[in-house]
Amino acid sequence: MSFDVRPGSVHSIIGPNGAGKTTLLNLLNGIYAPSAGRIVYDGRDLTGTAPHRFAAAGIARTFQNLQIFFNMSALENVLVGGHLHARCGLAAALLRLPGRTAAEDAYRAQALELMRFVGVEEYAAAPADALPYGALKRLEIARALAARPKLVLLDEPAAGLNPTETAAIDELIKRLATAGVTVILVEHNMRLVMGVSDHIVVLDYGKKLTEGTAEEVRNDPRVIEAYLGAAAAET
Amino acid sequence: MLARLARARTGGLAALVAVVALLPLALTNNYHYEVAIVVGLNAIVCVGLNLLIGYAGQISLGHAGFYGLGAYGSAILTVRYGWPPAAALVASTAGAAALAYLVGRPILKLRGHYLAMATLGMGIIISIVIATEDRVTGGPDGMAVAPFAVLGFTLAGERVWYWVIGAALALAVWLSLNLIDSPAGRALRALHGSEVAAQVAGVDPARYKVLAFVISAVFAAVAGSLTAYYAGFITPAKASFLHSIELVTMVVLGGLASTFGAVIGAAVLTTLPQVLTLLKDYEMMVFGAVLMLCMIYLPRGLVPTIADALARRRR
Repeated sequence: MSFDVRPGSVHSIIGPNGAGKTTLLNLLNGIYAPSAGRIVYDGRDLTGTAPHRFAAAGIARTFQNLQIFFNMSALENVLVGGHLHARCGLAAALLRLPGRTAAEDAYRAQALELMRFVGVEEYAAAPADALPYGALKRLEIARALAARPKLVLLDEPAAGLNPTETAAIDELIKRLATAGVTVILVEHNMRLVMGVSDHIVVLDYGKKLTEGTAEEVRNDPRVIEAYLGAAAAET
Repeated sequence: MLARLARARTGGLAALVAVVALLPLALTNNYHYEVAIVVGLNAIVCVGLNLLIGYAGQISLGHAGFYGLGAYGSAILTVRYGWPPAAALVASTAGAAALAYLVGRPILKLRGHYLAMATLGMGIIISIVIATEDRVTGGPDGMAVAPFAVLGFTLAGERVWYWVIGAALALAVWLSLNLIDSPAGRALRALHGSEVAAQVAGVDPARYKVLAFVISAVFAAVAGSLTAYYAGFITPAKASFLHSIELVTMVVLGGLASTFGAVIGAAVLTTLPQVLTLLKDYEMMVFGAVLMLCMIYLPRGLVPTIADALARRRR
């Protein structure tokens, strides 16, 4: 299993259910450790280290089944996303030193800006559990971006969304790539995948079946076979 | 809205200071003061414990151990080694913090019931050591503590101690509110909300869980030390498993993840048994029933439930 990722482009990973797409993402940010092989990012060997080290290396992600901090406000969710950039000494935090308050205001302004970028700024002060599903999906993206990542892994960002909301995600992914962020996208919505991807990798049973541009992949008989079964490919 | 949150925070602190300042008008005798002081001491422990249980989402059934370390550390250093009381307070608190760090590193990897068992074990070990090392601690009979004297002044009498504990409680609440609203505090709460998402955002779970454990141990040890100086006599009961359970119950009753809830929980559970003594034999039965009814009808605790009800009515 190997594929190249160019900075600032959108790479999609597709494949039938159980092909190992989410597993691959979990390996790429340290939630799972590989039983064999190495994970090298930006010249750094991250194999077997904890997820927060992957975050420090510049990899952020969203989750297929939402992992929102429901005990916090929407804005605070995004603030946690920027954790690595919010250096604040314990004494300064406990004693509420003046310099800290100014820094805190700056973090809030940045987080609000990101919420505007993904289109959920109206919910800034709301508790996260008061947000509709579509907004939570975008809130996860804002939280991932708050880490100022070089690479962001999006795990089914359009799952469960209506066509309007999906179009907003489509637009958002394109803007991310324009902003120079590399995107690895796992998604079942083929229209979204074909529309935004510079490069597509097709997985089946944990192995790479093929890869290429949207056009190449769409016309590959092996892809059709994997999705629909051998019989469909023959007819 | 953000401004309103900031106001709610300072408003709550101002209300607490006002209550502490005005309460003496209602306290007519030394016994009343005594109860108010014990409320304050328990509330300090609960505010710290709430950072661990309510905000970071980690259980501890052994915090009376840290309370006991603060109390006995101060007592032993002043009586047996002649340390100045303030230095003994700092040293015993530092000792409790060091123990919390050493124990916390390995056991906070555990979750749920397993963490509960491990902290329970730690608390029991501390209380057994205190009860059996009778040459140093006085054993089950307890030991006398020298009064708190600093720069020639001696703190004595309920009325003086009331203000000392009141100020200490306001300080504890202020520190806790500050922490919760900082990057470190948000990291703690994020671990409670979704550990995997917090990790992916760069939060090191071990580091922040241990931080909450150490801070809550410091709050407990300071309260324990103040208890020793105030009471002038300590027994192992305050370091016992039963007291750990009482502390957790106060936090849960007041409302998890609510600093003021921890204070209210401590106030209710400390004063209720005093009021219920009027019922004589039925005291513990009614006490238990009140707890059960609270948990059935107010599962989120007193303060969050009441705050929500008020917010809904205002709308």
